[in-house]
Amino acid sequence: MAAMFSQNPLMNGPNYSFNDSPRTSAPEGAREHRFDPYTDNGGSTLAIAGADFTIMAGDTRLTSGYSINSRHHPKLFKIGGTTADQKDATIVLSVVGFAADGEALKERLDAICKMYRYRHGKPMSVKACAQRLSTILYQKRFFPYYAYAILGGLDEEGKGAVYSYDPVGSYEREQCRAGGAAASLIMPFLDNQVNFKNQYIPNSGEGHALQERERRPLSRNEVEVLVKDAFDGAVERHIEVGDGLQMMVITKDGIEEILMPLKRD
Amino acid sequence: MPGFDFSNYNRNAALHARGVPLPKATSTGTTIVGCIYDGGVVIAADTRATSGPIVADKNCEKLHYIAPNIWCAGAGTAADTEFTTALISSQLELHSLSTGRKPRVVTCMTMLKQHLFRYQGYVGAYLVVAGVDPTGTHLFTVHAHGSTDKLPYVTMGSGSLAAMSVFETQWRAQLTRDDAVKLCADAIEAGIWNDLGSGSNVDVAVITPEKTTLMRNYIRPNERTQKLGSYAFPKGTTAVLNEKIIRKEEIGKYVSVLELTEESDDKMEVDT
Repeated sequence: MAAMFSQNPLMNGPNYSFNDSPRTSAPEGAREHRFDPYTDNGGSTLAIAGADFTIMAGDTRLTSGYSINSRHHPKLFKIGGTTADQKDATIVLSVVGFAADGEALKERLDAICKMYRYRHGKPMSVKACAQRLSTILYQKRFFPYYAYAILGGLDEEGKGAVYSYDPVGSYEREQCRAGGAAASLIMPFLDNQVNFKNQYIPNSGEGHALQERERRPLSRNEVEVLVKDAFDGAVERHIEVGDGLQMMVITKDGIEEILMPLKRD
Repeated sequence: MPGFDFSNYNRNAALHARGVPLPKATSTGTTIVGCIYDGGVVIAADTRATSGPIVADKNCEKLHYIAPNIWCAGAGTAADTEFTTALISSQLELHSLSTGRKPRVVTCMTMLKQHLFRYQGYVGAYLVVAGVDPTGTHLFTVHAHGSTDKLPYVTMGSGSLAAMSVFETQWRAQLTRDDAVKLCADAIEAGIWNDLGSGSNVDVAVITPEKTTLMRNYIRPNERTQKLGSYAFPKGTTAVLNEKIIRKEEIGKYVSVLELTEESDDKMEVDT
């Protein structure tokens, strides 16, 4: 029955008035003292893996409630370089959700990658880094980092790799992933444009028995266009997304960072 | 008199008790302002309507007609501002007809506050009422619980603090018409940029003893950026189960047809 008014997944839950929402626990009159350690700082992230590159992106707006705390607060971090400026880094972490937890998570993963490099005399592979990030997240299973992480880089064969996570460490390697506030707006667009979902070859069969459009690896330029259009679309319809777009392109030659403006309203 | 239908009340209360959340209303998390100047009054509004964090309408109208010389800017629950102003507009017209006088702004404000007070804040309309009548130029705010204010410059909605910061730094007595319009538009823009509940364009209305000028989309600082890719699909990309061709000339049989001019404002975004 609870599904009655939930045509829109974003409107689920007692969203009209918290005072009117039905009491679920706590006996009459008893009131727990509350500790609210989390804030949702909005924003959205996106990652797409190509044949020999990975593109990570995120908007740079930091919000709380109806306020903009910062118009330039990056969500993308280079991980595991030898020095603080991360010049020789090969992995990118994007975090969205609670900004403070995202930052803390980034610091931890970076420190671990640096330790690995010191001990083994070689940089960590994305695969190893991805597994380690999962462990870090699960270690805080009962007081989680409120962050949706995406890790991007190149695998051992030089192919683009994207790993996406939930806040407690469940992870998966994927072709593309959107995270954060506008994930539900961007992800269907990506399914259609990256994996060609719901696209069939015209006149390839009768009725519904059609042949699916075959997937092909996208070029770097095509992916950049998709990323920009995805964010321009999200900015139009989501209030927490805007101000700036930060993009990182990971190739065998290193990480290229691109910043561009988004609408500021 | 207004009549709300409460026949679903008991059913909804029962559903609510079993954990079904109340449906979410579209709110105009808004910036609205008003400012008196020598010779009239200006009101202005942004044009974003939201439903939670989602933009429901990018170019909605928040400036409502009450009478030819009285206009209202509305914040809060979209339906409540719409219906409350329409209801009072109707009552005021009848009142004006029966008294044979022009409607007064105080009358309008009093009717609004009495209506809103009766519903104890459950009719979520937050209004800026402005107008010119035989007794002079007036500007009021009316809150959903029924309280009112009378001030030379006012702001309301989620962007009210951003807008008020502009008024508090730039407002002075003896403004000209152009000064007042600029001041109000700047105040709305402060809301558009700094309040997430507000956005898109600026609507302005100027009311003088002679006439009212509604300047719809007075400033449009948020035009959509051009899409870089093409998202047109070849015909047959999804299954075609049957086909029937209806010519443009015959379309009138199925729907009512309204020809739009080339520079018409409310065009839909369609891929070509």
